Amino acid sequence: MTRWGMVIDLDRCTGCGSCMAACHQENNLAAVGPEESSRDRAFHWLRVLPEVSGSGAEVKVRYVPQPCVQCDDPPCVRVCPVHATYLGEEGIVAQIYSRCIGCRYCMAACPYNAKVFNWYEPEWPGDLKQGTNPDVSLRPKGVVEKCTFCHHRVVKAREEARAAGREIRDGDVTPACAESCPARAIEFGDLEDPTSRVSELTRSPRAFRLHADLGTRPKVYYLAERD
Amino acid sequence: MTSVNDKGVSAGGLEFEDQDLLRSIEDSGVGFRVVSTLLCLVILTAWVIFGRQILRGLGVTGLNQPVAWGFYIVNFVFFIGISHAGTLISAILRLSQAEWRRPITRMAEVITVVVLAIGAFHPVLDLGRPDRALNIFTAGRLQSPLLWDVSSISAYFMASTVYLYIPMIPDIALLRDRGVRPRWLYQFLAWGWQGTPRQQAVLERAVGILMVLVIPIAISVHTVISYIFAMTLQPGWHSTIFGPYFVVGAIFSGIAALMMVMIVLRRIFHLERYLKQVHFDYLSRLLLIMSLLWFYFTFSEYLTAFFGNEPSEMRVFYYKVTGPYAPFFWSMVVANFLIPAILLSFRRTRTIPGIFIASTSVVIGMWLERLNIVVPSLANPRLALPTGYYIPSLVEWVMFAGGIATFMLGFVIFARFFPLISVWEIQEGRKLSIAETTERLEGYLPDPVPSAATPPMTEGG
Repeated sequence: MTRWGMVIDLDRCTGCGSCMAACHQENNLAAVGPEESSRDRAFHWLRVLPEVSGSGAEVKVRYVPQPCVQCDDPPCVRVCPVHATYLGEEGIVAQIYSRCIGCRYCMAACPYNAKVFNWYEPEWPGDLKQGTNPDVSLRPKGVVEKCTFCHHRVVKAREEARAAGREIRDGDVTPACAESCPARAIEFGDLEDPTSRVSELTRSPRAFRLHADLGTRPKVYYLAERD
Repeated sequence: MTSVNDKGVSAGGLEFEDQDLLRSIEDSGVGFRVVSTLLCLVILTAWVIFGRQILRGLGVTGLNQPVAWGFYIVNFVFFIGISHAGTLISAILRLSQAEWRRPITRMAEVITVVVLAIGAFHPVLDLGRPDRALNIFTAGRLQSPLLWDVSSISAYFMASTVYLYIPMIPDIALLRDRGVRPRWLYQFLAWGWQGTPRQQAVLERAVGILMVLVIPIAISVHTVISYIFAMTLQPGWHSTIFGPYFVVGAIFSGIAALMMVMIVLRRIFHLERYLKQVHFDYLSRLLLIMSLLWFYFTFSEYLTAFFGNEPSEMRVFYYKVTGPYAPFFWSMVVANFLIPAILLSFRRTRTIPGIFIASTSVVIGMWLERLNIVVPSLANPRLALPTGYYIPSLVEWVMFAGGIATFMLGFVIFARFFPLISVWEIQEGRKLSIAETTERLEGYLPDPVPSAATPPMTEGG
């Protein structure tokens, strides 16, 4: 069985934000506009968070790209009253937009703040709507949405592999964020497969996960920066 | 020949002493129409605003990305808390055979039913897709604390409605017999009550069962509401004492709301003969005890968080104690603890105005407590995200006003059609309770010393 996972190398990340832009484009994220953004309603499935440590002359900044960490024991799934969010067979935490009642309990319960809500009907100014990705469904207002690890790309890659009469291979699937990263900081693959690139990287002594102490078993690993 | 409608004289021809209790029903004045029209206007405004919110989306509120829950959830917890006034207090007083309960229980039960309906509707206001609210039943997950809430609140609503209605039957029959209009209403609701000994026995048995049943249900309701928060991993919420803490807070705010209602209605309907200083005195002692208990729970909760010194907990802690929520946090402490503790401890300030101030302060304080629980935990994410903020929009204020107006309208309509104080229980008290209480008191006293003068009972010969 496949268990999709991601490794993000913080040493390579430059904080350029191209992953965020690519994610917006790929997954048809609505354009919220400056006014709503200033009211803390900016919309990202993946955000690049600057973490500042130290003080005075010793200030250090690192950039932490944060998609949904795709927990194996997701707190959001536990609290959902209507089965609108669930842990898929391959470890991707999915949201059913047509069933979600918009209670936002999953947002309140998520320790990673990974979920976002459609406060208004999503909008694409100008002719941006023509540029939407046909592989990803548009969301209505009033529902919660989240990073899917570019699940549609997984589906596509599997079909291509089947058409070619072979098994899906490491490197067949690349989410939009990983694809767009100029520093190649993001790797994606099967954590169950011991020979995959991500499996190898997770065994690195630099590997850590966000709030692994909470027992949520996230599948996004980070490689700590070297000094 | 006395007609049934002849005021001051009951059907049986005996002196009817409780005319005061029926005045609001039998001669409702212009006041009723004016007040209910005004309240309906406020409620209508709230519905229009809610309609607009459905059409445009939840963006019309002040909610945002880290603070995804605000006034609607705060008011949900607050209103459901107030609803513990009634049924629970009335059941406990009945169960413990507190004779002074007689003029209080009815009002307490009305608060429960009205406020519970308002509170239970609040999560629907908060839904992004209220049109899909019924998914809760068609696709519900019993593992979700929200479903526990739905079950528990609907059980409580059923139980408290029945518990309000059953002891009302003899009073409704009285109104029917006095020929009060609308006759069909009382005819229907009186359920053929004639006051036969068998009917009375059934009534007493039903009330006896309900009062025992209602207590665990009431306690489960606020416990489960606290579980919505406590079952998540969020700092400030994930706490084992949340269940009892919420129940204590609920009873606390419930008693305060009950006394506010009693003082206001006593003034409007001239019930001074029934709601006397002694009733307020006893209830305010209860309120004082709950205030101390609330302080104890709050102290334990915050001291534990502070002493543990866990970074994410501390972020929430300082946000409340010294940060942006400090004004709300400290006014909560003042309103819930200092003001009631001072006013209710001294006989000189334990007067009706003093009690009214203390009760109002507690109701406001408990609302602040709910705000202090819901918002700060959401505004301070675990990750190094910027601290969130929440400013409720006008929409949310209007909905709040709509909730309060619905509460008042509920009372106005109830007072227009039904007695606010149980007439038959007052009459029963007059007739029976002195003898009963004397007998009960004698039962508490030690048995007399068996003396030689009275020959001991011989058994079996």
